[in-house]
Amino acid sequence: MNPAEVEDIEVRLFLEAIHRRYGYDLRDYAPASIRRRVLLALAKSGHAHLGQLQHEVLTCPPFFAHLLEDLTVRVSEMFRDPSFYRAFRTQVVPVLRTYPLLKIWHTGCATGEEVYGTAIVLTEEGLYERAQIYATDLSPQALAQAKEGTYSSEVVKTFTENYQRGGGTGNFAAYYTEAYGGVAMNEALRRNVSFFQHNLVSDHAFGEMHVIFCRNVLIYFGNDLRERVLNTLSQSLCAGGFLCLGASERLGRLGESLAFSDFISEERIYRHEN
Amino acid sequence: MKTKREMADLGLVCIGGSQGGFEALEKLLPQLPADYPCAVVVLLHQYRHGAGNLPELLSTRTAMPVKAVHDRDPVIPGHLFVAPANYHLLLERHHAFALNTDAPVQYARPSIDVLFESAAHVYGPRTTGVLLSGASIDGASGLKQIKAVGGLVACQHPDTASGKVMPQAGIDTTTVDKVGSPQELGQWLKQLHP
Ligand SMILES: C[S@@+](CC[C@H](N)C(=O)[O-])C[C@H]1O[C@@H](n2cnc3c(N)ncnc32)[C@H](O)[C@@H]1O
Repeated sequence: MNPAEVEDIEVRLFLEAIHRRYGYDLRDYAPASIRRRVLLALAKSGHAHLGQLQHEVLTCPPFFAHLLEDLTVRVSEMFRDPSFYRAFRTQVVPVLRTYPLLKIWHTGCATGEEVYGTAIVLTEEGLYERAQIYATDLSPQALAQAKEGTYSSEVVKTFTENYQRGGGTGNFAAYYTEAYGGVAMNEALRRNVSFFQHNLVSDHAFGEMHVIFCRNVLIYFGNDLRERVLNTLSQSLCAGGFLCLGASERLGRLGESLAFSDFISEERIYRHEN
Repeated sequence: MKTKREMADLGLVCIGGSQGGFEALEKLLPQLPADYPCAVVVLLHQYRHGAGNLPELLSTRTAMPVKAVHDRDPVIPGHLFVAPANYHLLLERHHAFALNTDAPVQYARPSIDVLFESAAHVYGPRTTGVLLSGASIDGASGLKQIKAVGGLVACQHPDTASGKVMPQAGIDTTTVDKVGSPQELGQWLKQLHP
């Protein structure tokens, strides 16, 4: 057995330890990416071996709370992939207009950028008042940041550029106020948003959504887990509901078995036929 | 006919570059025959929105079949794969690509280091890493990891590169098996798998 295969065993045992001790199940995450997170956490800890890190994790719950934040990836961006938002505005929004009430779920919302992005789109399209938006993530720390809705001035430049490229019809600067060397998104954008913790791996489907955003979350899951989670998501959509994935994610064969059809395939927008 | 297993055993060629990397690829890729037996992965640092047509551009420069990588795509020998913008590109043991949106590494996503390190872990001594022109030091540490697992590594000769920093960092960081112009690197890759 070569050292790389031995390392794979160590990583598996480490994830097993976390699951048994704390109930968080990262065992079926995509091996390449979770391995990278684990090794980065090891380097940060100063321990020489995963065995030592495992011991500290097992015996020190506060340490684990920190580690969990390092193992999940909370990097996000407002209006990431502007062409997606253009397509959403021009082709999904007209369908949403036909519903008197809208339920929208952002799964794996991380620090909330996408949630505010959608809120802006809905506001500009005159649909915000009838929308109820659920924003969930596994990471409590990410959710806290999402709820706060403050971002650094550095990234606002990117958000603004993305907003314009994504078909924004207003002035992006009107959606935030300067605060503490950064910006705070307007309170009005979160009036119809509820933020709460939800674990896609172990928690239940919840109901009758018109749109589910699950962008750049499934890429972190291994094949079997991804299929299981997609199943949960399909159960959470109403008939004709939309599923939006990240730019490089495709449903592939699974689309058919879960009763999804391509709505705008190049933007990874799928529709549930059910 | 080779079996799937034997084909996979030929390993993986990973080529990384940044500023000036495209020009280098234009000269390197034509050296590889249409039936080049390995899977080749090309990763260029790209402007976040501007690079959707890189696979089409590259397909005019190579006889190999070109594919843009999507999450979970299988690694197929004899194909040239192009890393998408704004994701890191990694490899799984079951001969599939994996993408993630982890934070940029030294401002780069995709990061050459992330790809090289992951390839070295999965393909071990059957990994070949090539570092082309670029103005950052991304890739140097990944090259070292490929070398550490017994793989082969090469750098573009800095004199032939508009971005000298990247290939020079590779040369300074590890003992490289080949330094040459893009054409020479192409010939070198070709004779590895005659
Ligand atoms: C890369 S972020 C994606 C953020 C955003 N959707 C985007 O595309 O910019 C991935 C998010 O998935 C969350 N996540 C990971 N595992 C999860 C799980 N089991 N249940 C819910 N969320 C999870 C992480 O905490 C992280 O915030």
